[in-house]
Amino acid sequence: MAGKTLYDKLWQDHLVAENEDGSALIYIDRQLLHEVTSPQAFEGLKIAGRKPRRIEANLATPDHNVPTTDRTNGIADPVSRIQVQTLDDNCDAYGVTEFKMDDVRQGIVHIVGPEQGYTLPGLTMVCGDSHTATHGAFGAMAFGVGTSEVEHVLATQCLRQKKMKNMLVRVDGKLGTGVTAKDVVLAVIGEIGTAGGNGHAIEFAGSAIEDLSMEGRMTICNMAIEAGARVGLVAVDDKTIEYVKGRPFAPKGEHWDMAVEAWKDLHSDADAEFDRVVELKAEDIIPQVTWGTSPEMVKPVTDNIPNPDKETNAVKKEGIERALLYMDMKAETPITSIPLDKVFIGSCTNARIEDLREAAAVAKGRKVASSIKQAMVVPGSGLVKEQAEAEGLDKIFVEAGFEWREPGCSMCLAMNADRLESGEHCASTSNRNFEGRQGQGGRTHLVSPAMAAAAAVHGHFVDVRELELDKELANVSEVH
Amino acid sequence: MEAFTQHTGLVVPLDRSNVDTDAIIPKQFLKSIKRTGFGPNLFDEWRYLDHGEPGMDNSKRPLNPDFVMNKERYKGASILLARENFGCGSSREHAPWALEDYGIKAVIAPSFADIFFNNCFKNGILPIVLDHATMDALFEQTEANEGFKLDIDLGKQTITMPNGDVINFDVEPDRKHNLYNGLDDIGITLKQEDAITAYEQERAKRAPWLFSS
Repeated sequence: MAGKTLYDKLWQDHLVAENEDGSALIYIDRQLLHEVTSPQAFEGLKIAGRKPRRIEANLATPDHNVPTTDRTNGIADPVSRIQVQTLDDNCDAYGVTEFKMDDVRQGIVHIVGPEQGYTLPGLTMVCGDSHTATHGAFGAMAFGVGTSEVEHVLATQCLRQKKMKNMLVRVDGKLGTGVTAKDVVLAVIGEIGTAGGNGHAIEFAGSAIEDLSMEGRMTICNMAIEAGARVGLVAVDDKTIEYVKGRPFAPKGEHWDMAVEAWKDLHSDADAEFDRVVELKAEDIIPQVTWGTSPEMVKPVTDNIPNPDKETNAVKKEGIERALLYMDMKAETPITSIPLDKVFIGSCTNARIEDLREAAAVAKGRKVASSIKQAMVVPGSGLVKEQAEAEGLDKIFVEAGFEWREPGCSMCLAMNADRLESGEHCASTSNRNFEGRQGQGGRTHLVSPAMAAAAAVHGHFVDVRELELDKELANVSEVH
Repeated sequence: MEAFTQHTGLVVPLDRSNVDTDAIIPKQFLKSIKRTGFGPNLFDEWRYLDHGEPGMDNSKRPLNPDFVMNKERYKGASILLARENFGCGSSREHAPWALEDYGIKAVIAPSFADIFFNNCFKNGILPIVLDHATMDALFEQTEANEGFKLDIDLGKQTITMPNGDVINFDVEPDRKHNLYNGLDDIGITLKQEDAITAYEQERAKRAPWLFSS
């Protein structure tokens, strides 16, 4: 009999019951809550007269709606204010631990969880947010759910699920200088498409993944959903354990030793069989830029925008034509010629300390191009912001002409005041380039933090591998 | 949740692939703390010519005449035809809430994104997967025949065309049972209270660090 995959092990470990109808009841160890997808779940509980089963299995923070400018006067938008207030009220009423907007630990849920050691290897974890796959970087089965399931977990600590298929994405070799985790995951999405991972849990493995820092692994798992997979996974190794050790919610003392022992099994067995295997060579990956309105519409920075006339599949051809129309771009023109208006460095994909270091290594000693209307850096949490300031990164950004903001989801989805105006092109370190995602009529190009910073100083995309980087900062980025 | 047993309705064809949940219901409408009232903002950016914000009187906004759902012949449609990977992107349940509030009872596509597919069943919407050839034929028929209606029977797992032709579809037995009977998932799970408690006790022994606060 073949061995088990990491996903098989996590599934087996959390199986409460297998039902006759083919579904399974799965135990959910921890849930993250934010203001957008939880109000109706709490309301549902109240209407049904139900109580949360395990309050301590939930951690909350507002992130989608919070302003990234001065917060001393609260939130100006009354609708956003009510939503954040509702989260505060629900957490207070039920006794859920919440890092409120004025708490230094507040930030994007997917940055806060790992930073606090709330995310641990071997867990099942959910959140009413599709980027919950991020936490799979720790060898945890983490996935996004809708509000009904947020309520289901609050009430029962379980979910009714179907087991997914196993997919392995193996990236072997050494990534070139200036090529980051973001480029790897964009290249994977380009390869398998945005529906390629539907119905699968994707495990990322291979020497290039092992070489990545925990931050890099989180970036990769974060975007598993952009390849259609609800779950992204990386096996536990020494780096994982080292990262978790000593964090506020991490196990302590005897429990720590016991936990580390249990976590050592969190990898796929050597003879495990996957339903699908995709292999990429690290050396082939070039810094990536999305040109269209879906993350699979991605090209190396050295390439040209595709020509729909060369596409034989009619539905795909129409998709390319529609994307070029929306993005106002011409087929077969170089990626480096795309005009840019704004630059956004942030989001649950790329707003961790290492991301900011990578961007700062490019920004140091340079200036944002005069043609760029706005370039902003939004740290992923209050603690990331603090650390960046302790390292002087904020000064590098401000001197270069970037805005240094307060933590939150910000322009990744533009629920707060940070957004694109119609027609503007943005180099963005976020995860989705859908129509209108960053503001109605806005045009998003997904890139790595280093590529975004390089685009900011040049006013258009450049191959970051050709730039001279600040040695000290670049080195810091390489020491994981 | 409203049960879905059988439904006959007008069909509207949305002929584009990878329709994401940002398109189904744009982010500015996610600020609502209610489950209802999202229908007028379904596909907001495609449906209207101006920029929509919560609190606007949608009946006074300029409609985009080119958007398929705005065409007179598709007014009142309750069955949506879509292409590959419908509902990709964000996990927002506001997407099925908006479809449901608009009056959509079923979405038929060659494939769906996982989270959206799951969310539909929690809200009384039946998502049906059909092969590409059948989808192409349905698109063609819908566009060629004004007033084209389909009859969907969940019990029999059939779609009946106006000419009497029948298309069979698959649906997982547990999802079918719950949707057909309009059952509350939480209520069903709570009946397994003993199994949950037993699991918790065993898990607390294996992973005590998750149970000490």
